[in-house]
Amino acid sequence: MPGKLKAKIVAGRHLPVMDRASDLTDAFVEVKFGNTTFKTDVYPKSLNPQWNSEWFKFEVDDEDLQDEPLQITVLDHDTYSANDAIGKVYIDIDPLLSSEAATVISGWFPIYDTIHGIRGEINVLVKVDLFNDLNRFRQSSCGVKFFCTTSIPRCYRAALVHGFVEELVVNEDPEYQWIDRIRTPRASNEARQRLISLMSGELQRKIGLKVLEMGGNAVVGYLQCFDLEGESGLVVRAIGTACTLDKLIPGTVLNECMCVCVCVCCCSLILSGMGSGISVGKEAGPLKTLLRQQAQSALEQREFPFFTLTCFPPGFLVHIGGVVSARSVKLLDRIHNPDEPETRDAWWEEIRQEIKSHAKALGCHAVVGYSESTTICEEVCILSASGTAAMLNPRFMREGCLDAGGSDQRLSRCGFCHIPYDEFNMPFPAQLTYCYHCRRQKVPDVLFTTIDLPAEAAVTGKGCLIQARLCRTKKKAQGEVNATAISNLLPFMEYELHTQLMNKLKLRCMNALFGLRIQISVGENMLLGLASATGVYLSALPAPGGIQIAGKTPSDLSYDQHISTMQKRINDTIVMNKELYNIHPPECIEEVVGSPIPDRQRSRLFRSTSESSDELSELDLSHGKKDAFVLEIDDTDAVEDIQSLLTDAPMPAGFYSCNTEVMPGIYNWTSGLQMFTSVRVYRLNNANLTNQGLNKIFTDLCENLLKSLYFKLRSMIPCCLCHLNFTVAVPEEELIQVRRHTPKNTSPILSIFPRNILNEEQLQFSMELCGESTSSNNQPTAKASERCSPLPEVRSRSLRSTRSLPCGAPVTVVKMTPLSFLPMTRIVKYLGIINMFFIRETTSLREEGGVSGFLHSFIAEVFAMVRAHVAALGGNAVVSYSMKECVFMENPNKNQAQCLINVSGDAVIFVRESDQEAIPPLITSGQTSTTGADGTT
Amino acid sequence: MSVELDVFVGNTTIMDEEVYQFWLDGYTVNDAVKVRMEGGVLEECEASAEVLRSDTMDQYRTFQMCERLLHSPAKLANQLLFQIPPHRQTMLIERYYTFDGVFVREVLGKKLSKGTKKDLDDVSAKTGVTLKSCRRQFDNFKRVFKVVEELKGPLVENIRQHFLLSDKLARDYAAIVFFANNRFETGKKKLHYLTFQDFAFCAGQLISNWTVGALDNMLEDMDVDLEKEFLQDLKELKILITDKDLLDQHKSLVCTALRGKTKAFNEMEANFKNLSRGLVNIAAKLTNTKDVRDFFIDLVEKFIEPCRSDKWTAGDMRLYLTHYTNSAHILDTFKHQVVWDRYMGVIKSCILKMYHD
Repeated sequence: MPGKLKAKIVAGRHLPVMDRASDLTDAFVEVKFGNTTFKTDVYPKSLNPQWNSEWFKFEVDDEDLQDEPLQITVLDHDTYSANDAIGKVYIDIDPLLSSEAATVISGWFPIYDTIHGIRGEINVLVKVDLFNDLNRFRQSSCGVKFFCTTSIPRCYRAALVHGFVEELVVNEDPEYQWIDRIRTPRASNEARQRLISLMSGELQRKIGLKVLEMGGNAVVGYLQCFDLEGESGLVVRAIGTACTLDKLIPGTVLNECMCVCVCVCCCSLILSGMGSGISVGKEAGPLKTLLRQQAQSALEQREFPFFTLTCFPPGFLVHIGGVVSARSVKLLDRIHNPDEPETRDAWWEEIRQEIKSHAKALGCHAVVGYSESTTICEEVCILSASGTAAMLNPRFMREGCLDAGGSDQRLSRCGFCHIPYDEFNMPFPAQLTYCYHCRRQKVPDVLFTTIDLPAEAAVTGKGCLIQARLCRTKKKAQGEVNATAISNLLPFMEYELHTQLMNKLKLRCMNALFGLRIQISVGENMLLGLASATGVYLSALPAPGGIQIAGKTPSDLSYDQHISTMQKRINDTIVMNKELYNIHPPECIEEVVGSPIPDRQRSRLFRSTSESSDELSELDLSHGKKDAFVLEIDDTDAVEDIQSLLTDAPMPAGFYSCNTEVMPGIYNWTSGLQMFTSVRVYRLNNANLTNQGLNKIFTDLCENLLKSLYFKLRSMIPCCLCHLNFTVAVPEEELIQVRRHTPKNTSPILSIFPRNILNEEQLQFSMELCGESTSSNNQPTAKASERCSPLPEVRSRSLRSTRSLPCGAPVTVVKMTPLSFLPMTRIVKYLGIINMFFIRETTSLREEGGVSGFLHSFIAEVFAMVRAHVAALGGNAVVSYSMKECVFMENPNKNQAQCLINVSGDAVIFVRESDQEAIPPLITSGQTSTTGADGTT
Repeated sequence: MSVELDVFVGNTTIMDEEVYQFWLDGYTVNDAVKVRMEGGVLEECEASAEVLRSDTMDQYRTFQMCERLLHSPAKLANQLLFQIPPHRQTMLIERYYTFDGVFVREVLGKKLSKGTKKDLDDVSAKTGVTLKSCRRQFDNFKRVFKVVEELKGPLVENIRQHFLLSDKLARDYAAIVFFANNRFETGKKKLHYLTFQDFAFCAGQLISNWTVGALDNMLEDMDVDLEKEFLQDLKELKILITDKDLLDQHKSLVCTALRGKTKAFNEMEANFKNLSRGLVNIAAKLTNTKDVRDFFIDLVEKFIEPCRSDKWTAGDMRLYLTHYTNSAHILDTFKHQVVWDRYMGVIKSCILKMYHD
């Protein structure tokens, strides 16, 4: 009852010719919301109709307003036969429901048809009048703001962080209903698009209700995912962090540096059982829990003290205890009752419990940088969750205690590195030293985390992208046998990925990983693992030792020689990398103290499996030599490791890449930004490949993808690929799919999401390019900025528009980036969340340029639709953009292909900071931290 | 293992100008990759042939998708599919409509019909321009012709506004349209020494002086056709050669002015009557469409060739034509001064442009 939605159809342009005889179209429009439909008049014989309709008014509940999209259908009137559909536009009106966001949606939208793609554009005006609702038992949650951004949005201040919210809804997939056999592909696609749109609306509303119950007003780090379970249904789930946000008065720039603590690298993985939804394994090893007695009541009362944030307000984080992750293999069965999604809920509940107990084992009471994902192959589904165990400052959880952060306590640049657990009672063996920064507290030798590098962290040199890639074959199997086989393989995969990461980290002479993301995907006869992270040298941690190669069985001379050449190559690479990443840590007096394991750099992996829940397998990778990380070459795995270590091609000069938001060690960003997506699919011809052969292929694929990117972006040097996000999938037998997206700045910053496809795997990354004008002397800065800065563009545009008379107002430029900010600009307003789902299908694949042509135009169309929606909301950029899902299916024999894409992000308005003196706060803090680090170390 | 699918899409469409040129020139992906490899991009960026190939394919796909928009360039500015910075858009359009001098020389003055298009493979073999590129260029001519045909107002301005081309390129297209419309003969062997730019210049002269739009009534009609009335008036000039007194008088006036100023004076004096008859006859015949088509061949045969065989220099030519034109004003009985000036102005500048080896 309490809302009135008004829509007006203004005009259309570039419509397709629907009447071959006259080469024209008699177009009219249907506007539908809920069960109400309005029609415009037919505008005869025109490809650029001017309907200029009246205001169509819908009186609806705000519950419906949240769930339903406004559906606009453009049709061609036909006197004698049925009217032909030209295409549709779905408009999510959620942004209009919040008082602070957009007030009107107005602009040109591409008219989209799932078979033909974009067919012309339509100009629409939408408004909402909301009445106040005083009903306490309401089902709607209008006004709760949603952000995809995983940090506190730039123009807000976190008054209170309430914690974890989650929800999932399930339904039958229309593609698998009986009716699908008799309806057209178009009808089926549209039913699916509409259903998913409805489900995500409902999900958002339900999460909003939970937030209101908790007393919050916003969800930050909102992450929504689809699980296309095929026969067994469709699951839409979301997690996020409930917060109470206060809007900042423009002008008051909050000191935005963040205090994050990261600690020991501990990778614990847990598998819970297979079988239809029955969990076999319980929590892993009997870790010596060592909760320090602290006032943590605020957190402990929560069921899940999880936070999807990766950047935090100052003072929020105290210490960090390392990466925690849990995986569970499940067999899917049909969702019997869509209204009771209990099975899925129970699965996730289990995993979250595991994560929670892992965090406890690390002496931490919270998990930050938390995310969940699934991978599905036939009826086997792997659920994964990962995060970073951390100790938080309880101030943020209590009412009314939050003032401008950092005033009461000096933010330390090393505090986050200090261990949260008791050094004499460590949950796993690690080597501790006194912090190299403050010399008072203990720090571990290596840190792995899933969060972004805290802005105040003292870093030496620059960071870089580190990837571990792994392929494992498995036998084809069905049902439970398959699930068992997968669960047996998983621990080994995680272990090997971890070893690879550790080796590569040492090879680059770094000691910490941020933004760690491990993706494991299942195919019919193989498993793929891809771990990406950004390596850095934290000044507070000890310098990493080198890598020693040792042959266990000293045999003939040539063998020794082989080893020594290898050793030499490794040493050379380390020296080269030190130079490349500018890592010159001051020589420190070795003062290893109080560690139970003296005199050695060790890396240990601690893991537990559900099958053997009581026995704890520890693997000590270190060999007896001092200060070195030893690889034994006798071991075939190690040979492989070494090979992969050395085959990583170095980045071309002028390029930097990372998968976090900001590139550690680079602070001179420009506002040029370019985002891109790349998808690759490879077909493996040779079915009988060994693990090693597969590994090599997979590694080559990833390397080639990166090389391609470097080549494409060579004109933007110096540039940095940020937020590089790889997704790997194994869509069908012998086909690997890798995807990446990349947003990048036209001048020095550029972010990318690439996605390429390999034998049934999918990998997604987003990167960003950052120009480094100060340090590279031979690069004429002026030239770079001239080429890329948007200012000259604007000028030429205005010149142009005076010249090109017939073409009306120029299209608004909309930037897209997976980052939560746009360098050198200030975000002045958040207009609402963008969450769109598209299906595209073709029955004339060859005519559309094959699979590449088909997907190329589809991705371009998705970009166009996202830009159009943002522009209609009055925005000029999308931040925290991500392509969550990109499922591609083809049948070349039938000349058919289908693709599903889900994208999300936050629509914003930004203004350039060029006229202001202020440098973005984050950059400032970063810079001070480096200089500080230089001074103190 | 084979690459099944390989796609790269940027929010701002990324294009390489070098690859664009290869695409326009009708290179296949393989050829373009080969040329790029020889060009040395690989060493520059440590890329492999595979990378280069993937990049080239991506770019080719992008250009193919853009091609539809380039057919009506005004759409490029307000379409939503590709986010292309305006300076890039200008570049894309300008390059797309740029044509090869050798190619245009082959089709200049021909009817832009299906028949001509069928013969493009011969043209391609003759000029060395790829067939694909020939087709694109031919279709461009045809498209511009079709759009402009139905429009009123100045030709160059119409082309520039509809196709968002630079002034220079718009003028060239105006010449092509003008030649195609009037079907001027340019393919005869005697005309082979003339370049497209020579003809384009002449076309410019004709358009701005001899068409309907050339005079004050700019808005009346477009300037693709020569003004009928003017062509009728040209008949009156015949008196210059039919009236014996007038011819002699004209000759003596010109000779007096030229004497001692040029080495070729004797030849000029001897040939005066022939040359004058040539020019005036061309003028008198222009009412026939057939003779309009032969305008350039007549100029060469009746005037340029005799002068060339007498070894006139360009300076001689200028001197002669100046005095030849001006002397007619002093003739008492010659009443058609306005038409004469309008005729000779264009003839003089055309001949000067065409008088080279």
